[in-house]
Amino acid sequence: MKKLYFLFFFLAPLFLNAQDDDLLSLLGDDETPNYATASFKTNRVINGHSIENTAPGVLDFKISHRFTQLRQGLYDIFGLDGASIRFGFDYGITDRLMVGVGRSSKEKIIDGFAKYKILRQSSGSRNMPVTLTYLIDSQIKTVKFSDAERDNKFTSRMYFTHQLLVGRKFNDRFTLQLMPTLVHRNLTTTPGDKNDVYAIGIAGRAKLTKRVAFNAEYYYVPDGQLATPFANSLSVGFDIETGGHVFQLHLTNSPDMTYKGFITETQEEWFFKGSDGRMLSGLRFGFNISRVFTIVKPKHLN
Amino acid sequence: MTTIKKQILLFAALFALASSLSAQKFFTRDGKVKFDATAESSPEQIEALSNTGTCVLDAATGKMQWAVLIKNFQFEKALMQEHFNENYMESGKYPKATFDGKISNPDAVDLTKDGKYNASVTGKLTIHGVAKEVTAWGVITVEKGAFRINAGFPVLLADYKISIPGLVADKVGKEAKVLIDATLAPMSK
Repeated sequence: MKKLYFLFFFLAPLFLNAQDDDLLSLLGDDETPNYATASFKTNRVINGHSIENTAPGVLDFKISHRFTQLRQGLYDIFGLDGASIRFGFDYGITDRLMVGVGRSSKEKIIDGFAKYKILRQSSGSRNMPVTLTYLIDSQIKTVKFSDAERDNKFTSRMYFTHQLLVGRKFNDRFTLQLMPTLVHRNLTTTPGDKNDVYAIGIAGRAKLTKRVAFNAEYYYVPDGQLATPFANSLSVGFDIETGGHVFQLHLTNSPDMTYKGFITETQEEWFFKGSDGRMLSGLRFGFNISRVFTIVKPKHLN
Repeated sequence: MTTIKKQILLFAALFALASSLSAQKFFTRDGKVKFDATAESSPEQIEALSNTGTCVLDAATGKMQWAVLIKNFQFEKALMQEHFNENYMESGKYPKATFDGKISNPDAVDLTKDGKYNASVTGKLTIHGVAKEVTAWGVITVEKGAFRINAGFPVLLADYKISIPGLVADKVGKEAKVLIDATLAPMSK
């Protein structure tokens, strides 16, 4: 009996040894954090930003159009005759920081922004449920002042936007983000308008196929801040990726592509009653095209 | 000595042998895994590198396992990297490529002696969720108790259900050449 006991005791390690088929488990868990990537196809949802950044060393050239209302009918090819355009360049400086500039034909606005990822959603060795991004964007209206006789100040042309984006890629298909936003306007249209306008945005994307996603974006401005007739901005669209380009085709009630524009100056609802009592639609067609160029190649490729 | 004592000694020796066997495992966490899937007609290189391939080799049995995180493959172009993960490898669904096999010509490879050995490794290669039995040849260099592994083998993309749309068929080839360069150090238990 005794012998058997010893036999078991000493042979046990041998059996244990033979059992660890999974050699890799000896290395323990993965040591690197697994960051969520491709939460959105590009760094914009539709009008506003998404939680995605342009990759470091990459230049993203964007051409965007918004048209007049679909209700213009065939005479204006459903609004296509009334195009307003923004073109811009976005550039990724690091994994977390990107900058961009752009110019819009509407009000001849020049805009510039910096966007920084404070937190990155990750699993693995570091667990972070959300991505948190801070965006600062300024817009300068360069269109001639309507009343040249008045004492016009340069500062009256300026608008500033601060935005936090909190987002989570829930799975391969679904991403949701919330965007508390502050738009500061140095000069407002009427004295009843607030200079500081607070808004909250919500946006999401549902990936339909590998190359097509459905996006929606809504900005809500609480009452009492805007005196002029305004509507909350609501946009839906599809992202279509074709290799080097991302095409974003959408329907929106906002004619503007800058923050101060689509948050505080959208005027028509998707559907509303006109002055003569007829139902009208404020829907417009629009698109963004994004094309990326690698400017600085990563050095670790050897 | 009584027989019991002799037996205890024998078992103790066996125990020591068992422990030394279990110590004969070698590993790396920073193996280089590179692939090139450039089609002949392609104007741009379709290649990527991971510096974080993990491997454990059991010198006693010749058993070898590999794992490479798909997300860790670095491309020159960020967009290419995104497409690689999102559209081709579906790294969200299949985060790792793995290999589980063993040295199939153990007689020709003496891991206890310094030298260069042509080794053949046979086992199950799993990419994109598809497992296939493969054999690859490589060179194992044994030097000062560490192993350097150099190997290269082709991977037919269709075998692993990685579909290349016609639009990019002139850029991405039907086959990826995989190159491995890793140095394994003894594992301390």
